[in-house]
Amino acid sequence: MSFDPVVRLTDVSRVHGDGPQAVPALREVSLDIAAGELVAVMGPSGSGKSTLLNLVGGLDRPTSGEVVVAGTPLSGMTAGGLAGLRRRHVGYVFQDLNLIPSLTAAENVMLPRELDGVRAGRARREAGDALAEVGLADVAGRFPDEISGGQRQRVAIARALVGERRLILADEPTGALDTPTGDDILQLLRARCDAGATVLLVTHEPRYAAWADRVIFLRDGEIADSTATPLESARLSAERTPASGPRSGGEA
Amino acid sequence: MQISCNWHTEYAYSVCMTIRHGILTLLSQGPRYGYQLRAEFEASTGAAWPLNIGQVYTTLSRMERDGLVSPGEQDEQGRVVYSITEAGLAEMERWFRTPVVPSDRPRDELVIKLAMAVTAAADVRPIIQAQRTATMRTLQEFVRAKRASVGDPAQRLVLDSMIFQAEAEQRWLDHCEAVLTASPQTQEKQR
Repeated sequence: MSFDPVVRLTDVSRVHGDGPQAVPALREVSLDIAAGELVAVMGPSGSGKSTLLNLVGGLDRPTSGEVVVAGTPLSGMTAGGLAGLRRRHVGYVFQDLNLIPSLTAAENVMLPRELDGVRAGRARREAGDALAEVGLADVAGRFPDEISGGQRQRVAIARALVGERRLILADEPTGALDTPTGDDILQLLRARCDAGATVLLVTHEPRYAAWADRVIFLRDGEIADSTATPLESARLSAERTPASGPRSGGEA
Repeated sequence: MQISCNWHTEYAYSVCMTIRHGILTLLSQGPRYGYQLRAEFEASTGAAWPLNIGQVYTTLSRMERDGLVSPGEQDEQGRVVYSITEAGLAEMERWFRTPVVPSDRPRDELVIKLAMAVTAAADVRPIIQAQRTATMRTLQEFVRAKRASVGDPAQRLVLDSMIFQAEAEQRWLDHCEAVLTASPQTQEKQR
């Protein structure tokens, strides 16, 4: 395991519009997220949560400051380069899952790998593994409208995990789910972190944010506070936790 | 949390009654020793509610006086097994049938603190912020405990209750902040 952060934001600002109409969405935010860390971001509407997630995912570019993902600064990259980085390293889980209704669960999970240029046979195997990891091997052949909301969200997580993706960006992944099912989703994300993946979670529900190693409170585009312990000690104690398991274990 | 049973307040009274009914419920599953009752009570509540052995014996002797439990013979180690009586079973069933009333709970220091701060025209935002972070740390600990309680539904539900209560406090703090930010009176004070 590398001690370099998987995500590093340095003095990142994002201003929408310019001149007198300029609206700052994020103001000089600096943030490191380590491998195996689950970080939750909380804040009211308009506090910059989604902007933060989009910048980390390379879906948006900062007005100033630098975003580094998996050791690669995003500022110098072309749109094509960004798309490639996103595909290789980043998985998304949104509230409105964006599963494609005409594809089976397995086909939905295969899709990003096929876009990566992986052959269908291998993509199907990997999708099977990813679905098994989220406990859904038995619904691989079903269509999204044939499974429950909680199962659909787990398919979306399997899709976010498939292949080499070690960074998961989750925007309100527990959206419309009941609380036990929401707990299952967090349990799953937590297990992925304990196996070495990194998760950045945006949520407005304290009960789910509390699954994180660190909770960051955004107010008006700034980090108002966080439950952070110093990064070094957080990392050490995470490695001492018996539940965290081997960090070297890949997604298979 | 150690609870004295002097019943100085309604709250202390309600705590004593809860221990009493908890013990009755455990005894309804069969006779038990005092130390067993203590261990099982703590296991069911996820150690959310530690008891000392003195509280257990005090409660047992009061319930014996009230005819709700009956002690057996002392064994060679001086231990006594307690059993539940018919009256004890009836009392336990009455407890389960009766909803809990909100006035049984203590008044909330945080609510009073914030109300006082607003009244005194202090800047409430740092108080809210500090409390929010502290409450989140508490929530994180509850979730850690819950992850460790796999396979014990009673413990999990007790922890869920604590999680929901801490979450309610967190939501209320967000609400306070939003209301105070929107209020022209507060904006005036912060200038």
